[in-house]
Parts: sequence; C-alpha cells; structure tokens
Amino acid sequence: MRRVAITGLGAICALGRNVEEFARALAEGRPGFGPIESADRSQLRFQHGAEVKGYSHTPYFEDRVADFIDRFAQFAVIAAREAVADSGVEWTLELRESAAIITGSCVGGQSTEDIGFQDIYKLGRNRVHPLTIPKTMANAGASHISMEFGIVGPSFTLSTACSSAAHAIGQAFWMVRSGAADLAITGGSEAPFSVGILKAWEAMRVVSPDTCRPFSKDRHGMILGEGAAMLVIEPLDAARARGARIHAEIVGLGMSADAGHITQPSAAGATRAMRAALRDAGLAPEAIGYINAHGTGTSANDPTETAAIRAAFGAHADRLAVSSTKSMHGHALGASAALECVATALALRDGLLPPTANYREPDPECDLDVVPNEARAVEVEYALSNSFAFGGLNAVLALRRG
Amino acid sequence: MSDELIQRVIKAIATTKRIPIESVTIDSTFLELGIDSMDAVEVLFALEGEFDINIPDDEVRSVRGIRQMCEGVERLVLAKSGAAKGSE
Repeated sequence: MRRVAITGLGAICALGRNVEEFARALAEGRPGFGPIESADRSQLRFQHGAEVKGYSHTPYFEDRVADFIDRFAQFAVIAAREAVADSGVEWTLELRESAAIITGSCVGGQSTEDIGFQDIYKLGRNRVHPLTIPKTMANAGASHISMEFGIVGPSFTLSTACSSAAHAIGQAFWMVRSGAADLAITGGSEAPFSVGILKAWEAMRVVSPDTCRPFSKDRHGMILGEGAAMLVIEPLDAARARGARIHAEIVGLGMSADAGHITQPSAAGATRAMRAALRDAGLAPEAIGYINAHGTGTSANDPTETAAIRAAFGAHADRLAVSSTKSMHGHALGASAALECVATALALRDGLLPPTANYREPDPECDLDVVPNEARAVEVEYALSNSFAFGGLNAVLALRRG
Repeated sequence: MSDELIQRVIKAIATTKRIPIESVTIDSTFLELGIDSMDAVEVLFALEGEFDINIPDDEVRSVRGIRQMCEGVERLVLAKSGAAKGSE
C-alpha cells in the first residue's frame, strides 16, 4: 500500500480567507466570533456566529458564474483553488482521469433552499428560481471543483453531519493509499447561516449565548461556523519525485457507529473510532502526541470525549495534548473536520499546537491537558483529529509529521 | 401554583414523551420518567407552545423535575402577564 502525503492546503473560514491567515489566528488563540451578519438575527436567542465576515463572491467569481453556485459551494471552490495552487501539481490528461474529488457537507445549499421556500410559503409566489435544485444539492461543491480543474475521475460527496469531512478525507486517503486514485482533492464546506437553520439549532439548545469554551467548566455550548477547507493528497513517492512540499502524511482512518442515541454521544463509540484509526495506521496509543478534539463545548460532548480518550489511551491520556480549535473557527458542521484536519497538519508541520481558546475553569469531567488559551511549541510525530457526529457516526483521522 | 398550570405542564410532558398521563406527578423527576436531554428539549418546546412563553436556556440548566419545571413556567407566565399589563 502507498503512503499518502498532504501536499496542498486550502481554507476559508471565520479565521481568514487563506491558510496563512487561518494559521496565524490559531497560533494567536484568537477566536473569529461576532454578531451574525449574513442572516437576520432579530428572531434569535443566540447572536454570535463564526462567519466569513464581509464575504462577497466578487473577488472569486464573476457575477454570472456566482449565480450558479451557493455560498457553501463557493467556499469549496475557493479552498480547492488554494490547495491546488499550494500543491504545485501539474495537470496532465492522465492525472485528470485518475484524480478523485471527495467532499463533505451537512446541509448543502440550504440558504438557497430557504429563499425558495420563503417565496412559496411566505410571499405567496407560485414559483421558485430554476437554479434552486443545482445550488442546493450537497454535491455541488464537488461538482464545481471538478469543473474548475477539469477533473474527470471518481467524485462524490458524503454527508454524516459533523463528521462529513472526516469521512470524506478518510475515503480519499484510502483511495489514494490503495491505488484507486492517484491524487485527491478532499475536504468539506458549509454555509449554514439562514434564519430557518439557525432557529432549528436554537431549538436544540446547544448553541452558546456568548462564546465557545470547550472543556471549560463554564461552557455553554457551541458557536456555529461556516467555511471550507480542502486538501490535495497524493502518494508520498510521487510527491517526493516531483519535489512537492509535504505538509504532513495521512496514516490512518477509523470509523464507528454508536448505535445508541440520535443526539447523545457515546464514549464507547468514540473510543472504537480512535482505536480503529490507530489500528489502521499501525500505531501504538503511545505514539500519539496531540489530538485535535471534536470539542464542541456542549455539556454532553466534552466529558464524553474525555472519557473516550481515557478509554482509548489509558495512562497515556495524561501525557498527550488535546485541544479544540472549534473554540476559534466555530462548529462549521460538514466543514469542521476539514478545518480541523488542516489545523492538525499545521500543528505537526510547524511544531505548534493550537490552543483551546476561551478556557477559564477546569472541569473534573474534562481533566485532560487541553492546551488552554496559548499555543504550545512542541514537536509531535503523530496526531489524531476526532469527529463525532449527531447520529452517532464517528470518524477519526491519524496524521504524521511530513 | 394553580392545579390547572400543573396539569397543563404534566399533560405537555406526557404527550411529548408519549407516556400515560397517570405516570407523571408533580414529584416526578426527569430521571424517573426516562427523560433524556433531547426529550427535555422537546418538552421545553411543547411548554413554550402551550403557554406562549419563551424559555431561555439559562432558566432550564438546573431543572431536574416536574415541580421545578412548573415553578419556572409559572414565573415566566406571570412575567409575561405583568409585561402585558404594564404595556396597556
């Protein structure tokens, strides 16, 4: 089986419009939260979100092109462009045929759908815009990336709520590792800021009224986010042969289902996914130095994830660093795992572990080394990136320093 | 607290959880009734509709049983009627 290198990174989210800005905010432990601007918040109990502030398609897409692409898919293309440019890959006919595109998205182009439904139900119109379907479909991100680069190989989209991008990156990793694809563009994108969706999150009572404080005793929930992150991955040998910069390697994928409750997470399910990732990578638990946690900052996730890490790592749980970058880029649902995979790759590459921001008070139920508030310079060889979705579908990626 | 308010709260909980109304009393706890966190969120949704009130997240974090729930609902109903009178 082939080793798999990450040679391109791209990101757009509340922390910045590119990987450099994203990395700087993570290093500074600076959250990207603020009053929600892209949806009317007058009807909302919570007011804060992690948006791509002041976003307009103008510098990225011509008006007529943007007409066809929902905000979530625009983010996907923007991140893919950066990742491809970063990788320095040269497209040949052969590579275009053997490259894969696998993206994750939880809610797809729902803000486009929201506008159409308002037309029908609220404004009493008898028709919706003809591009509502192609803009709404969750695979629009993958489709527009394929058209952008003329990639004609296997391309599809996965939707597993908050684990979507981890499942997507994991499948792409397995395809490149097995030889089913010679390169992949993979990640996730999301743009969930419409009043309808925000009201639905409000009703779940898991969104914080102020900020996101993962693992802190005074945490009050998540902050919703948006954006995209994409990776270019390819066989390590091919990357070395063409002199590409190797940000990190992907070395393992572990997946599991809780088979328990539709929203309440299970420590056993999360433990199984982490163990499966270690097994897939051929690693002992003691090899792991850092975990980018699912870390939503909800009352349910953080103690459950702590228990799961303790079960998977035993005594080593007290010797590894764990942080939640959702404390800065927010919970971008189907894009989250991709943003976190990029954050994990950067942590390995730069020898700088991103902190858990907004942390104030130790919680005996979350008694791990959570790298509170300040990034930590330490060289780590192997790391995990955890994703545990509503619906109990879990995916964990294992990465190695490049 | 009026009996009527208590009965309306109990009915909303029994209907949401789809359990016999007789199985719910003023002294029942969520634990006894098997109400988990997602059930609780649905119960709050039902109570907001039943009483036309808005139940903030921080009002409910410590609520563990029916009596506490009734007291909280009563407080919010009174606050609403007080506000309505004040604005007349």
